[in-house]
Amino acid sequence: MARTLFEKIWDAHVIRDLGDGWALLHIDRHLLHDLSGPPALDEIARRGLAVCNPGLVFATPDHAVSSRPGRDAKSFELGGYLYDMLKSRSQAAHIRFFDLGQEGQGIVHVMGPELGLVLPGVTLICGDSHTCTNGGLGALAFGVGQSESAHALATQTLRQKKPKLMRVRFEGAIGQGVTPKDLILHLIGSLGAAAGSGYAIEYAGSAIRAMPVEGRLTICNLSVELGAKYGLVAPDEKTFAFLEGRRFTPQGASFNEAVASWRELFSDDDARFDREEVIDVGSISPTVTWGTSPEQVIPIDGVVPDPAAASDPEERKTRQAALDYMGLEAGRPIAGTKIDWVFIGSCTNSRITDLREAAALARGHHVARGVTAWVVPGSETVKRQAEAEGLDHIFRSAGFEWREPGCSLCVAANGESVPSGARAVSTSNRNFVGRQGSGARTHLASPAMAAAAAIMGELTDVRRI
Amino acid sequence: MQAFTSVSGAAAPLMLSNVDTDVIIRIERLTSGADLGHFAFEALRYLPDGTPDPECVLNEPRFSGAPILLAGRNFGCGSSREGAVTALMGMGVRCVIAPGFGDIFFANSFRNGLLPVVLAEEIVERLAAQSRDGNFTVDLQSQTVEAPSGEQVAFSVDKLQRDGLLEGLDDIGLTLKSSADIHAWQMADRVHRPWVWQTER
Ligand code: SF4
Repeated sequence: MARTLFEKIWDAHVIRDLGDGWALLHIDRHLLHDLSGPPALDEIARRGLAVCNPGLVFATPDHAVSSRPGRDAKSFELGGYLYDMLKSRSQAAHIRFFDLGQEGQGIVHVMGPELGLVLPGVTLICGDSHTCTNGGLGALAFGVGQSESAHALATQTLRQKKPKLMRVRFEGAIGQGVTPKDLILHLIGSLGAAAGSGYAIEYAGSAIRAMPVEGRLTICNLSVELGAKYGLVAPDEKTFAFLEGRRFTPQGASFNEAVASWRELFSDDDARFDREEVIDVGSISPTVTWGTSPEQVIPIDGVVPDPAAASDPEERKTRQAALDYMGLEAGRPIAGTKIDWVFIGSCTNSRITDLREAAALARGHHVARGVTAWVVPGSETVKRQAEAEGLDHIFRSAGFEWREPGCSLCVAANGESVPSGARAVSTSNRNFVGRQGSGARTHLASPAMAAAAAIMGELTDVRRI
Repeated sequence: MQAFTSVSGAAAPLMLSNVDTDVIIRIERLTSGADLGHFAFEALRYLPDGTPDPECVLNEPRFSGAPILLAGRNFGCGSSREGAVTALMGMGVRCVIAPGFGDIFFANSFRNGLLPVVLAEEIVERLAAQSRDGNFTVDLQSQTVEAPSGEQVAFSVDKLQRDGLLEGLDDIGLTLKSSADIHAWQMADRVHRPWVWQTER
């Protein structure tokens, strides 16, 4: 019977059918970070249970560590406490811990693919909603809460209900100045932030096939902003080339054997999806958010929408509240809006390719007066590679701060935040009220758009630079 | 886990769409050991100086401690933080009725004794219109919501999740009963996909 990519991976991991679409699934990879890892480890310890397969579990601190240059675990005190808990409990349980300053440390969803811990066809979880990022390599990866994380630590399985399946085909050639981030923001704007709820989304089409793995990770990263727990892309030659030679990727004959099985991972021609969407990428412009939900997006040459135009009263109220919070006026062009902060980082856009894109714009320019601009590499490895390429130098000379790897301003759980009322352009994934700091105003955008905004001091169409 | 059979009381209408888990509970409240119930929805409930915002529906005296929350589309979207569920329960909420939920929040709710009920948007709005008329009852056994008008609305919950909530089941304990199956699956997989298991590097 014809099956989708998702079904092939799902079926291969069913240990027991629990009825009504529920299954006991094997979990091949489990990542722990400093916020959700310690409580999950504590919960099983409290019950007197051991970690079932510590060799399949990997931990690193990212959320609550400071990104200040020269930081250590204690630079943010509360983070230091969480760091200690994650480190000591991981070590006690024989879970590999990637420490600050070591290759392997970084935002979980950046370090996993980079180390080859994420492989096509594996199931992977983390107590973090952006675990869907890893689907960009053809893994069945999803975020869980801490009690499901505890369940998986104790049993190496989860009880899950098979989701509905959606396929989004991005077709055509991407325009100049347009990036994977713009594609996915555009999609969320078109379908709405709840469209993917209850679904796993497979991204396909010629634009995805032409896209490097890093871009696919960015697209899958924002699946959860579309409401979906899972996003995935069928692995191909680009995927295999990306993985070859990485630390935990199978080596030698084992690699060839693995690749042979990974080649089976695609949706059969006549496989059935519950919903299909086709997006012509040629019509997509660089895109930014104007509101407090990732569905509130407009092209950079657009105007701030009028809440009164919404037919539904609940929607009108929601949009008006967003405008008030953002301090924007309906009907005004979004380009030219003055900004105070820029954050280039997060599991969405902090890989080496993202930093190269931003550096290409920053080179020879300077951050506008009054703007604070941070570049936070996604991992220690990204940081070292960027420094080897001289990107840190380009950023510093242009007036950007070059910082240490972690989640930093994406989440404001590490002593770092955008001040109340300040307007930030951020390459992260959430423009929620208070996400980057209490009262902070966030516009989501691509790394190139963020760098352009830093230089001009206002939201700017990157195609004009 | 706390079992859930039925709940009766006020239903607070928070009819905004896409209320995310960052809004339900800010991450720094989770790490600071704060009273999560107090800080639930803080950006909505409190003015910048920390005093309750009289304009916020959740601060109306009749909704103080309401065990039911009526919400807009895509409630609990965003971050996987399970503290969002604990914060709601800390406010006294045991059941949230909405047209749809964030998937991870939905799963987390069942694991903590909070019942998420999905009803069509028109129905949630109709219930919200009655929220100042009296008490509601949500019964999981019969899978019905009774509105102050006496109207009965049916909802459905997957059997596995319903049984878990009704009995307050511990699913780690349940899964551990399948340990032999898990072990056998793993032994076969080590042969079939050896590379998945080669992580000593
Ligand atoms: S970078 Fe942001 S979205 Fe990504 S894992 Fe860290 S906090 Fe979450």
